Amino acid sequence: MVPVLLILIPLLAGLVTFFIRDEKVARLWSLLGSLAVLLVSVLGLTVLKQEKNLQFSTEWLSALNSSFSVKLDSMSQLLCLLNAIAYPLVILSTWQTSYKKAHHFFGLMLLAQAGMMGVFLATDALLFYFCWELALIPMYFLCSQWGGEKRIAVTFKFFVYTFLGSLLMLIGILYVQAHTPDHSFSLDAFMNSRLPAAKQQWIFWLFFIAFAIKMPIFPFHTWQPDTYEQAPTATTMILSGVMVKMGLFGLLRWLFMVMPMAAFQWADFITPLSLVGALYAAFIAIRQDDLKRLVAYSSIAHIGLMCAAAFAQNETGFQGVMIQMFNHGINIIGLWIVVEITERQLGTRKISELGGIAQKAPALATFLVIIAFANIALPLTNAFPGEFLMFNGIFSSVTVYNIWFTVLAGLGIIFGAVYTLNMIRKVFYGEMNAVTATVKDIAWNERIVLGLIVLLIFVLGVYPRILLQETAQAAGLINEKFDFVRQLLLEQKK
Amino acid sequence: MNVLILSAVLGVVMMFSGILLKSKAALRNVAITGMVLLLLVNILEMCGTVFFRINAADMLGFDRFSLLFNTTAIAATLIYLLLSARDIEKVGVNYAEYFALIFFIICGITLSISFKSLLILFLGIEIISIPLYILTGSDKRNLKSNEASLKYFLMGSFSTGLMLMGIALLYGATGTFQTVLRLGPDQLPTPMMLGGMLLLMFSMSFKVSLAPFHFWTPDVYDGAPSVFTSFMATIVKGAVFIAFIKLFGDYFAVLQPKWQIFAGIITVATLFIGNITAVFQQSVKRMLAYSSIAQAGFMMLAIYANNTDGREGLLLYTIAYSLATIGIFAVLIKMNDYTFSGFNGFAKHQPLLAATTTIFLLSLAGIPLTAGFMAKFYMLKSTLATGNGMWLVIVAVLMAAVSVYYYFRVIQAMYFREGDDPKIVVSPAFKWTLVVLAALVILLGIYPNLITFWIYF
Repeated sequence: MVPVLLILIPLLAGLVTFFIRDEKVARLWSLLGSLAVLLVSVLGLTVLKQEKNLQFSTEWLSALNSSFSVKLDSMSQLLCLLNAIAYPLVILSTWQTSYKKAHHFFGLMLLAQAGMMGVFLATDALLFYFCWELALIPMYFLCSQWGGEKRIAVTFKFFVYTFLGSLLMLIGILYVQAHTPDHSFSLDAFMNSRLPAAKQQWIFWLFFIAFAIKMPIFPFHTWQPDTYEQAPTATTMILSGVMVKMGLFGLLRWLFMVMPMAAFQWADFITPLSLVGALYAAFIAIRQDDLKRLVAYSSIAHIGLMCAAAFAQNETGFQGVMIQMFNHGINIIGLWIVVEITERQLGTRKISELGGIAQKAPALATFLVIIAFANIALPLTNAFPGEFLMFNGIFSSVTVYNIWFTVLAGLGIIFGAVYTLNMIRKVFYGEMNAVTATVKDIAWNERIVLGLIVLLIFVLGVYPRILLQETAQAAGLINEKFDFVRQLLLEQKK
Repeated sequence: MNVLILSAVLGVVMMFSGILLKSKAALRNVAITGMVLLLLVNILEMCGTVFFRINAADMLGFDRFSLLFNTTAIAATLIYLLLSARDIEKVGVNYAEYFALIFFIICGITLSISFKSLLILFLGIEIISIPLYILTGSDKRNLKSNEASLKYFLMGSFSTGLMLMGIALLYGATGTFQTVLRLGPDQLPTPMMLGGMLLLMFSMSFKVSLAPFHFWTPDVYDGAPSVFTSFMATIVKGAVFIAFIKLFGDYFAVLQPKWQIFAGIITVATLFIGNITAVFQQSVKRMLAYSSIAQAGFMMLAIYANNTDGREGLLLYTIAYSLATIGIFAVLIKMNDYTFSGFNGFAKHQPLLAATTTIFLLSLAGIPLTAGFMAKFYMLKSTLATGNGMWLVIVAVLMAAVSVYYYFRVIQAMYFREGDDPKIVVSPAFKWTLVVLAALVILLGIYPNLITFWIYF
């Protein structure tokens, strides 16, 4: 029942929120709803962790051989947990932000959570597609209604982009379904599909474009900085913290598990694409004067690295990606919170207009420095184990270019340090000016949230085993598929 | 058979009640009661109770498929009357006749979806078309309405001529009007047969506004009174599509390799022209006219595929499309300003109407959880199943992404832009009907089996 609750609670809580006119009550209600989700998700990882509790299946579209089946397994549990953690953090950290029609805002936020839960939990391709789209609709309304000046056009670009990608994926799903042994949409049937190798080559792209747009990786990323900049910050946190992980998750669960052969053959093409994209994003981030855009580009850089590590296609790489998805989600939410506080207090995001905030707001500065260190994966922070594993994965991948890929990835990390530290130096240290002199230190709710994030950063940085043991099984499963492919190709060569 | 007889009778009854009943409300209630009656007798026929047993000399055949479509078409017309009957009365003075004509159109729909002889098909299509010419021109003092009517009439007559020519050629080739076409294993179709087939394809394409036979559509849909545009763009178009798939799927099935490529080309052209042109419209009504062309392109995929999924899907598609479009038109009719900017700030002043309209628009765009998605899903699935339809599917999907642009423009105007109160007055009954309609759209999006199930049981 756990996975069903994970979808139902935010769905129902979200629908109820639409009818709570009072802003404070609506906010409190949605916080309670998200805490309930978090509780269920934690219980699912600990007390209720028995096979029968973690999956659920019932008849849905029997004429189409599709069923409503969801499962909380090794691959999805960390992302569900991330989704569950992110919401209370986001709602708490924006406690003081006031929204017009707040009940609609929180209602849509919770509906998006339900949609994303569905994406992570679905083991039926049609259900997966349903949730994939349904997570997008609330986001569209959130960004268009509460965003910045250029919100309508920017959000629309985001929507059309992702919609087109997902329609292509729908074709892919239909195509694979026609080639499954029992013509069903279930994940197991998909994994047993008999796709001819030549066809796999391009069916792969139908799926991959959808995921690449969502992540986003170069050259499908153009929607992302604008959308992050224009969206209300609470929504941006969810978008960058949780939603982009849908792309990586889809890659691991639906693409690698179903079409390992094509994924293996395209790896040498896609890895440089994502690495070059990561470097390119890092370069832009260095020259960025807008805080929000800087964090947005930093997110592209990180995702690019994760995509490259996923395409390294070995166990360490997979495990690195999976725990990094979780850690990146936590860290970037932390960064956004700091950006949000700065913007709300000072009314500007321009780095050139800021400076010396640390003198007036020492607590904020301390938190920021720690989160920023996590963002550049310093040892003892949570991002380090993930990034280390990813590097290891890229270096030990079977491709002949592995050294080059590792060098590129390393450069990405170095540039990451450049823009992050630069940002700290310019915004938090240096000369105070008229604008920043008015800054106050952070309030109670922000202290709680940032404190929790910093706690997570340290705990998971010192003791990453918690995450590693949860993801080991999934990484092994995907790796098996690729082992099989490598074996097959080796035999063919002989 | 029940509906066929009863709808003709009710049409006459409506005409006379125009003389006898002086109150508008009474007349409206007679029409709605008549429609409920039609729905009931049709459901009874589905359960096996036939009131009229007439020897039609094997020219008519009522199978599950056509009966089911008839049920949904009558149900949709009922919803349409519930929503827009008051607006029908506002069009002109002879409102009793408008209701009568709608009943006659239902009669024509019944004929043309249950034909077993080309003559009946011809009769059915004509019984649909002639009332439509009248309805299009019913706003007599409006020049645009007159122009639309004349244009529709002239071009419609021309396509009728094509259809007759096609039927004559087929009669010459086969010696019968019956829709059985048999070819021996090594017998080639004669040029006469192929010519007849092509002429029929063109004239049917004209009736459902497929490119390149669509040129009348925007002007006619735009010029006709909005209430009647709503009716002819949805229920009538769906019915002709059902006739289309029966004609080509059953009668011309043996010639499928010959016509499939034409169907494919027509589909691509329609999708392309409908969607791209809709992007540039400034009036929501005209946008909906082009959107109806675009949606026809999607429905054409079912004819291209011509398999079980395609038939089920086409049925679902006509319903999904009709329900959504009737809903949008019902709201549009109430507006004074038909441009996109006329919808600015609509959500603030009419939250319920805006929310339901959004659901209808999402359905037309094919977003999951709405009937429109399942309909499009069936279309794509059936086309992929043919094995040679990948190019069509890719085009269709690209065009579906384009269609998001113009459907979402209305949503953007309603929700994200500021505007003045359009000052429209709607009754609670109207609102509730819209809510029911929206609920139906979502219900069919989750359980499309609710419809397709009845084809077989």
